[in-house]
Amino acid sequence: MMSDARAFFAARGYLEVETPVRVKTPALEEHIDAEASGDHWLRTSPELHMKRMVCAGYERIFQIGPCFRRGERGERHLPEYAMLEWYRTGATCEDLVPETCALLEAVGGGDAHLSAPPSVLTVSEAFESYAGWDPIPAFDAERFDLDLVEKVEPALAGLPGPVVLTAFPSARAALARCRPDDPRVADRWELYLNGVELANAYTELTDPVEQRRRFEACAAFRREEGRDVYEMDEAFLGALEEGMPACAGIALGMDRFLMYLTGARDIAEVVAFADG
Amino acid sequence: MYTASDLRKGLKIEIDGQPYVITDFQFSKPGKGQALYRCKLKNILTGSTQDRTYRSVDKVGKPDLLQKDMSYSYPEGEHFVFMDDETYEQVLVDSDVVGDLKYFLQEEMQCKVLFFNETPIDVELPNFVEKEIVETEPGARGDTATNVTKPAKVDNGYEIQVPLFINEGDLVRIDTRTGEYADRVNKK
Repeated sequence: MMSDARAFFAARGYLEVETPVRVKTPALEEHIDAEASGDHWLRTSPELHMKRMVCAGYERIFQIGPCFRRGERGERHLPEYAMLEWYRTGATCEDLVPETCALLEAVGGGDAHLSAPPSVLTVSEAFESYAGWDPIPAFDAERFDLDLVEKVEPALAGLPGPVVLTAFPSARAALARCRPDDPRVADRWELYLNGVELANAYTELTDPVEQRRRFEACAAFRREEGRDVYEMDEAFLGALEEGMPACAGIALGMDRFLMYLTGARDIAEVVAFADG
Repeated sequence: MYTASDLRKGLKIEIDGQPYVITDFQFSKPGKGQALYRCKLKNILTGSTQDRTYRSVDKVGKPDLLQKDMSYSYPEGEHFVFMDDETYEQVLVDSDVVGDLKYFLQEEMQCKVLFFNETPIDVELPNFVEKEIVETEPGARGDTATNVTKPAKVDNGYEIQVPLFINEGDLVRIDTRTGEYADRVNKK
């Protein structure tokens, strides 16, 4: 599986990179907690370092490696898991849909569901169909998370092919760009296989002022909730200030993909040593 | 109080003054969203079930549940009297709580009594009790099949299904958790 993925990227001109696993400043996200490692942290994602490489001139890069998230253990979550992440300059997140589907097909070994054309629907369409409301005009964080998990995701399992859920509310933009023509919507999509979230893609936010504002808002939210508040990643913000080319990026959970391919019910079944 | 991250299958919690046990548990976390702890709950008193979802910031009540080792003494009206093995204190347990387990109670039997807010709400007997068969049709000699059964009565009138080879006067073991025949006890 890993060698098929590497061959796929090599054939498309991507360079495999490695960035630090032990980091000074984990990405500030509202609901993601990092595991401490001495006076550093274990990375929750390679995103910020990989974007610094994009700023430094690398046009197509990918990485496969472990990421760590504190307190996450369930049928689809392990506190340590394998992430595949890649960045492509000059692209938008729409451009990554066919590329991601091609990857699934290349690694999936003839699975008919993976070869079928993807079902693409917006968050508005999915929520109106399955939950009876549209989160774009009036976002409600509580209701959004609950309905996504309890109503929308189970319904996505019934659609043909991989499912791409696009146009997220900007309140859940994370590090994605908001649409210039409609700032309520973020250029972000998620890919689902059998109703299980597999990958998350952005047209990346490249504006350092907006990025700093989002980090600050996120730090304030985390302080309010009593969570660890990580330092501002000035090295990353400095790289954005120097200039980041237009680019799209995506992270894909390899363990969940393996769950899909093997039919495993619990993510612990697809790793050799789930207890660490 | 528990925090949401303490929740797991089998944990007992309290909601609106009622004790519940978590019968099924799922951790969910939509991309970039908050962690959700989805539980199926069973009310320990009434047996009714419900679904509940907790967020990581939620606090969950811890019920005042205590299980004590007690021995059964004797019936008294609508109650059964049990004695605390440590304090020798006697406790009246309502017959509704004991239910059909009353057929298996024997004097000085070691039991576990579950208290909620100091009221007995459940009694656990030893997994197996031995009872003598006092009434059943004679079985065909040599028939050792266990999948064909016939009705039989034990000494206190409780009726069970037993294999054909069981005869009046035999000692059998009954599983108190199911109320069903387990096996025959060889006579000493």
